[in-house]
Amino acid sequence: MTRAPVAPVVMRAREVTKAYGGVHALKGVDFSVRAGAVTALFGENGAGKSTLMKILAGVETPSNGAVELDGEPVAFRSAADAVAHGVAIIHQELNLCPNLSVTDNVFLGRERTGWGGLLSARGQRRTTAALLARLEEPIDPDTLVGDLRLGQQQIVEIARAISLDTRVLIMDEPTSALSASEVEVLFRVIHDLTGNGVAIVYISHHLEEALEIADDVAVLRDGALVAAGRADEVDLGWIVANMVGRNPDDLYPRLTAPAGEPLLEIEGVSVVDPTNPARLAVDDLSLTVRAGEVVCLYGLMGAGRTELLEALAGRSPMRAGTVRVGGHDVTSTSIAERIALGLVLVPEDRQRDGLVQTMSVGDNLSLAAIGRLLAGPFIAGRREGDAIARTISSVTVKAAGPAAAITSLSGGNQQKVVLGKALLTEPRVLLLDEPTRGIDVGAKADIFALMAEQARQGVAVLFATSELGEALNAATRVLVMYRGRAVQVLDPATTSKEELMAASGEAEPPAPANGAIA
Amino acid sequence: MSGTSTHPDTRAERRSTAAGADAPGPAPRPAWIRRLGDAALELRAFIALAVIIVTFAALSDTYLTSSNLITMTRHVAINAILALGMLLVILTGGIDLSVGSIVGLSGIVAGVLLQGWQINSFDVVLYPQVWAVIVISLAVGMLVGALNGLLISRFRLAPFIATLGMLYVARGIALLISNGATFPRLEGSPELGNTGFGFLGSGRILGIPTSIWIMVLLAALATVLIRRMPFGRWLYSVGGNERAAELSGVPIRRVKLWVYMLSGFCAAMVGLIIASELTSAAPQTGETFELNAIAAVVIGGASLAGGRGTVRGALVGAFVIGFLSDGLVMVGVSTFWQIVIKGAVIIFAVLLDQGQQRLKRSSAATAATSRAPAPPSTASHPRETPH
Repeated sequence: MTRAPVAPVVMRAREVTKAYGGVHALKGVDFSVRAGAVTALFGENGAGKSTLMKILAGVETPSNGAVELDGEPVAFRSAADAVAHGVAIIHQELNLCPNLSVTDNVFLGRERTGWGGLLSARGQRRTTAALLARLEEPIDPDTLVGDLRLGQQQIVEIARAISLDTRVLIMDEPTSALSASEVEVLFRVIHDLTGNGVAIVYISHHLEEALEIADDVAVLRDGALVAAGRADEVDLGWIVANMVGRNPDDLYPRLTAPAGEPLLEIEGVSVVDPTNPARLAVDDLSLTVRAGEVVCLYGLMGAGRTELLEALAGRSPMRAGTVRVGGHDVTSTSIAERIALGLVLVPEDRQRDGLVQTMSVGDNLSLAAIGRLLAGPFIAGRREGDAIARTISSVTVKAAGPAAAITSLSGGNQQKVVLGKALLTEPRVLLLDEPTRGIDVGAKADIFALMAEQARQGVAVLFATSELGEALNAATRVLVMYRGRAVQVLDPATTSKEELMAASGEAEPPAPANGAIA
Repeated sequence: MSGTSTHPDTRAERRSTAAGADAPGPAPRPAWIRRLGDAALELRAFIALAVIIVTFAALSDTYLTSSNLITMTRHVAINAILALGMLLVILTGGIDLSVGSIVGLSGIVAGVLLQGWQINSFDVVLYPQVWAVIVISLAVGMLVGALNGLLISRFRLAPFIATLGMLYVARGIALLISNGATFPRLEGSPELGNTGFGFLGSGRILGIPTSIWIMVLLAALATVLIRRMPFGRWLYSVGGNERAAELSGVPIRRVKLWVYMLSGFCAAMVGLIIASELTSAAPQTGETFELNAIAAVVIGGASLAGGRGTVRGALVGAFVIGFLSDGLVMVGVSTFWQIVIKGAVIIFAVLLDQGQQRLKRSSAATAATSRAPAPPSTASHPRETPH
C-alpha cells in the first residue's frame, strides 16, 4: 500500500478477517481513515464493503484482526458503543420510524430530557430545525417521516448522523435516493465536516460522484483490499479495473441456444412508483424476449427493474401497456393464472418474498406447483416427493433432506430453493430479480448454469442485476434502464464495462439528473 | 412440527457443482434424534393431559370411570369442534372472536325454525324438517363467517377488529330474533314431522354420544384437509409468509374467506349440539366460548403469528382444558379457583412451548450461520485472486 499520510490516521482496521462459517467475507484487510479526509471505498456487490463498514461501526465483530482508534485497539460491543466512541454509520437501508416525527427520529434513543425527566421537546425541535437548515432541506421538524419522500428520508438519516458529533462518519450509499441538487448540498456539508476534522468513509455505486468527493480511495475485491491511493492520482478506469479484477468470466456458462419464437412480449408498460405516486417507476417500456434468450435488465438502484418485474409477475398493477406470454394477453390476470401460463418470478428478497420460513424445504419447493401434483382433490404424496427430490438434485440444494427446516440452509441454498420452486412450475418465461444477491460465488455459478440450462430448453429468461460482470457475461442481450425508461439495448459481446456504466448513468448521466422526479 | 411433510424423508444430500464454495458445516444431527425431539414437542401437551388424568384419578374415585370419561369428552367435544375451526383461522395468522356469538345465533335460528317460522305476509307458519333446520343453521354460521372473511380479505380489516365487531353483531341479531327470550321444547312433534332434533346432543351411536362422533369426524376431515390437500399447504404458507405465498400463486383471498367460513360452520355445529342437548335455545349461549377455543389451539402448540399448529395439538389442548375443568369441579375446588387455575395452565403451557421453540430456533440458527454467510452482500469469492 502506498500512502503518504498528510493528516493523522484516526481509525484503522488491521488484518481484519471475517468468516461466516467456511466463507471468508473479509480476508486480512488493512484499511485506514484519515482525520479531515473523505475516504471512498469501492468494490462490487459482495466484495465485502458492507461487512468492513459494519465492523468499523461495531455492528459486527471481526473473526480476526483488530480495529484501532487513535492507535489504541478498541472492541466495540455494539453500534451504540461505537457511537459513544465517535464512530457512526448511515446505513444503506434507512433506519427510521415512519410513525414518528423528524425530530423524534433524529433524537431517537438519546432523547434530551429536562426538568423532572420530561422531554425537552422545544430544544430538540430547535436543534433539528438547525440541522435541516444546514442541509438546506425545508422540512418541518414535526412532519411524520412516513410522509416524506425517500430522498427527504435519507436527508433525515444524514441529519441524525451529523447530530451525533462523530469523529468518524461512515456513509453507505447516502445519495441513492437524492436528487442532483441534494447531492450538491450533501457534498458541501461533507466539506464542512472534514474542515472540522471529521473523517468520512464514503461508499457509492456512482463511481464518478464518489471520486469527486474523495481525498483517498481504496478498492475491495473478493474480501481483500486490492488497491488504495490518493484520489487525485487515480481515475475511473483504474478504479473499475481494480474492482473487477482480471478474470471474472469463468463464473459464467456459454449461452448457445438460438433465439426461437417470442415468448414474452412487453409493450408500452408503465408502473406507478409505489413510494411516490406522482412518479412513474417504469415509463413506457417495451421488450420482447424469445425462447432461448437470456436478457438482462441492467440499471442502478431505483432504475425500476424490480417494479417492472413485479408488474410482469402480477404482483403490482400496471398503469398502461400490455404483457403477452406465448401469445396470450396476461395483462389483467392473477399471479396464479400467469404461473399456469408459464410466467414465474424469482423475487429479489428471498426472505421477504421467496420463502415461507415456517415450512420445510420440500413444502417450499412444491408450494407454487402443488396444484399440479394432485390425485383427485388430494396431494399425490409419492409424486410430490419425487418431484421435490428431483428438484433438490437438479438445482443442487444442499440440505439434510426435504423435511429440513428452510431456515437451516445457507443463503445460496435458500436461493436455489426459491429458484427450484419456480422451475417446478415448468415455466416458459422465467423472471429473476437479482438472483445472486448475497450468495457466495459457487452458488452464483450454479444459478447462472441453471439459467443457461433453462434457456437451452427453450425458456425465455429475463433477469435483473446491478452487477456489471453479470450483465456482460450471463446474458445474450442487455436492456439498460435509467429512471424507469429503457435507454439502450446493448450486445454484451461488443460492449465494454465503461460503456455499460455510462449507459446506466453510473459513470456519467445520459439525461438530466433529476428529470424524472415529478 | 407443522405436520405437513407427508413425503418420505428421502436423503437427497448431494454435493454442489461448486465444491468448496459452501464449506460443509457441522454434520447435521441424525434424523432419528431430530424426530425424537419433534415427538417430545408434540408429546408435551399429551404429558400435561396425562398428569391431569393421573392427578384427578388419585383424588377422585369416579374420575376414571368410563361413564365419567364419556361425560367429560362430551364437554370437550364442544370446545374441540370450535378449536378445529379456530385452528384453521390461526394457521393463516388470523383470529376469530365471533365464534361464541355464532354458537348463540345458530341455536336461535334452529329454535325459530323448529318452533315454527311465521311468515306474516303469507299468514303461514313453516315447520321445516330437522335436516333442513340443521342445514339452514349451518349455512347461517357460514354466512357470518363469510362476512368475516370478506371484511378481512377484501376490505383488509385486521382479523381481530373484523371478528370483534361480528361478535357483537351476531349476538345482537340472536337477541333480536328471539327478543331476548329462550326457545324452549325443541323436541318437535310427530304430527309436524320435525322430531329427532335431540339426536345431535343426546343420541348415541355404538354407545358413544353423537357429539363425540361429530368431533372425531370433523377432526378427521380437518386432518385430511390440512395434510393431504393443497388448501392445507396454502394455510401454512399464508400464515408463514403471505408475500411469498402470493408470489407463488396461492389464492390468498380465497384461503382467508374459506377459513372464516369453515370456522363459522364449526361454531354453528356447536350451537346446534348445545341446543339439541338442552332441547332449548337461548340467545346468550356461547358467551366467551371463543376464548376457550383460542386457548385450546394455543395449548396445542399453535402460533398466534400463524404458520404453526396441528389438528392433534388443538384436540389435545381441548382435552387439557376440559379434563382439567371437570376434574377441578369433581374434587370440589371452588369455582373462583377453577378460573385462576385454568388461566395459569394456559400461560404455563405457552411459556413452555415458547421456550422449546426458542431452543429449536437457536439450534437451527447456529446450524445456518456456521454453514454460510447469513447477511446479504457479505458473501465473497473464496478463490484466491492474485493481484
